Amino acid sequence: MEKRIYLDYAATTPVDPKVKKAMLPYLSQKFGNTMSLHSFGQEARETLEESRKTVADLIKAKAKEIIFTSSATESNNLALKGIALANREKSRHIIISPIEHPCIMESAKFLETQGFEITRLKVDKYGLVDPGDVKKAINPIRKSSISNGARKNTILVSIMHANNEIGTIEPIEEIGKIIKESNIQHPESRIYFHTDAAQSFGKIPIDVNKMNIDLLSASSHKLYGPKGAACLFIREGVKITPILHGGGHEGGLRSSTVNVPAIVGFAEAARICEREMRREAEKLTKLRDKLIKGVLEKIDGSHLNGHPKKRLPNNANFWFEFVEGESMVIQLDLLGVASSTGSACSSAKLEPSHVLLAIGLKPQEAHGSLRLTLGRWTKESEIRYLLKVLPEVIKKLRKISPFKKHE
Amino acid sequence: MNKIGLYTKKVIEHFKNPHNMGRMKNPDGIGKVGNIICGDVMWLYIKVGKDKKGREIIKNIKFETFGCVAALATSSVITDLAKGKTIEEALKINRNDVVKSLGGLPPIKLHCSVLAADALTEAIYDYLSKNKREIPKELRETRQRIEKEKKEIEERYKEWIKIEEEMHKK
Ligand code: FES
Repeated sequence: MEKRIYLDYAATTPVDPKVKKAMLPYLSQKFGNTMSLHSFGQEARETLEESRKTVADLIKAKAKEIIFTSSATESNNLALKGIALANREKSRHIIISPIEHPCIMESAKFLETQGFEITRLKVDKYGLVDPGDVKKAINPIRKSSISNGARKNTILVSIMHANNEIGTIEPIEEIGKIIKESNIQHPESRIYFHTDAAQSFGKIPIDVNKMNIDLLSASSHKLYGPKGAACLFIREGVKITPILHGGGHEGGLRSSTVNVPAIVGFAEAARICEREMRREAEKLTKLRDKLIKGVLEKIDGSHLNGHPKKRLPNNANFWFEFVEGESMVIQLDLLGVASSTGSACSSAKLEPSHVLLAIGLKPQEAHGSLRLTLGRWTKESEIRYLLKVLPEVIKKLRKISPFKKHE
Repeated sequence: MNKIGLYTKKVIEHFKNPHNMGRMKNPDGIGKVGNIICGDVMWLYIKVGKDKKGREIIKNIKFETFGCVAALATSSVITDLAKGKTIEEALKINRNDVVKSLGGLPPIKLHCSVLAADALTEAIYDYLSKNKREIPKELRETRQRIEKEKKEIEERYKEWIKIEEEMHKK
């Protein structure tokens, strides 16, 4: 295969060479354990704290409000279960959107089996949560039916910042405001606000104070850092119960030997994003819009998923009539283009993407979905190539499909 | 490279260049089946003729499939397997034959091979019943299962099937 074009940056990203360079010394030379008393340990500890500061800076948080984990999945599990368990005696109601990443959906489902009540909000056809719905769903003072007398107040609202499939950016600031107002009115029953920022962190600006966010998850490998490092921002004063018990790392909230090389990489990646974010977003938005326009113009029966404007700079997602997504992805792969789909055929459960169903697509429409996500090294020539081959791929597959229109 | 993604080279070959693909004019039998598990659809057309010994054979066969890589490859390979076979032989082709000729399928994709086998069964049934032939007992049993699953898939894909039938009328 001569040509290889990567348009699946939302799945994962290559490590930036600068990030790799920053990490290397921490593999064999500065390899110490942050818990050790000697100079090796000291060195590792100092690096860890610097990294914490760098990552915190990107979202205007304090260093001590960041704890490092191994993945966004872990951070999200810790946020939901950690808040739920720490408050289970007084509040057991949690609100999420229906388009959260599976790690949130499944954590919520698990908490449901543990006596928590989950409200799954609606989204509109673009995948947007209506802040008014959040306002209606929160219950700061509802009396509980739980027999032990604990109240069924809302304890947590978890709405993702930007969706991983369709790229829609949620009105996080408005939602944060609503929760803040409720907390001012009912200080005795505090509601926490968590957002999964795995897709937005480093791509669009985040200010945890302006947005009134209490907890936020992010992951290194989505922003040109290595896999195996992620973080959870926990606002000062917010109590959570740890899931991993052990040696008491990360302020006792996440025991495990600290993965210093990966965290150094994460921090370096965050530093680069802070510097490049604006320029990169501008460049990618232009390329993305060119891609979207090209696809919609060139291919009959093609539709954009997600919001035309309120979307991540690097995300394009379509559905095409009469073609199946896995076939599209493999056909494109044979032509050197990496992409992804929400088709039932490609999922481990053989079910269509819950996100696409939530925005109102029918199963057969979700079947024909294709996600193309751009990144730091996407070139205009690559988009041009895609715009050349994709119409051919679709034409070929439609020819095989019994649903094609007669030509 | 022996595998591409989850698939064997054989699967990818069929996927890239499917055999006997397309619509058939005036077929003797049509099998239309849907995949109950993931929602894919396959239509198979047969033309029946006679061999030198005067036995009825599948003289020509074509398919149209909406589905994943495995669905397209199994469609293609089953047309190869059935072409030239007597009706009796063709009825014996099952999903295992399909999977074997592709050099295997990933476990999660085994259900796609059922789709191909069912489509062939349906096409033969359609031919036999149109010509008022006796239907073998086994075929009758298989059909009952297929019929039941078909109802469910039609429920799911109602609109598309409607569009398609309208296009046919034109
Ligand atoms: S037909 Fe859908 S998984 Fe193969």
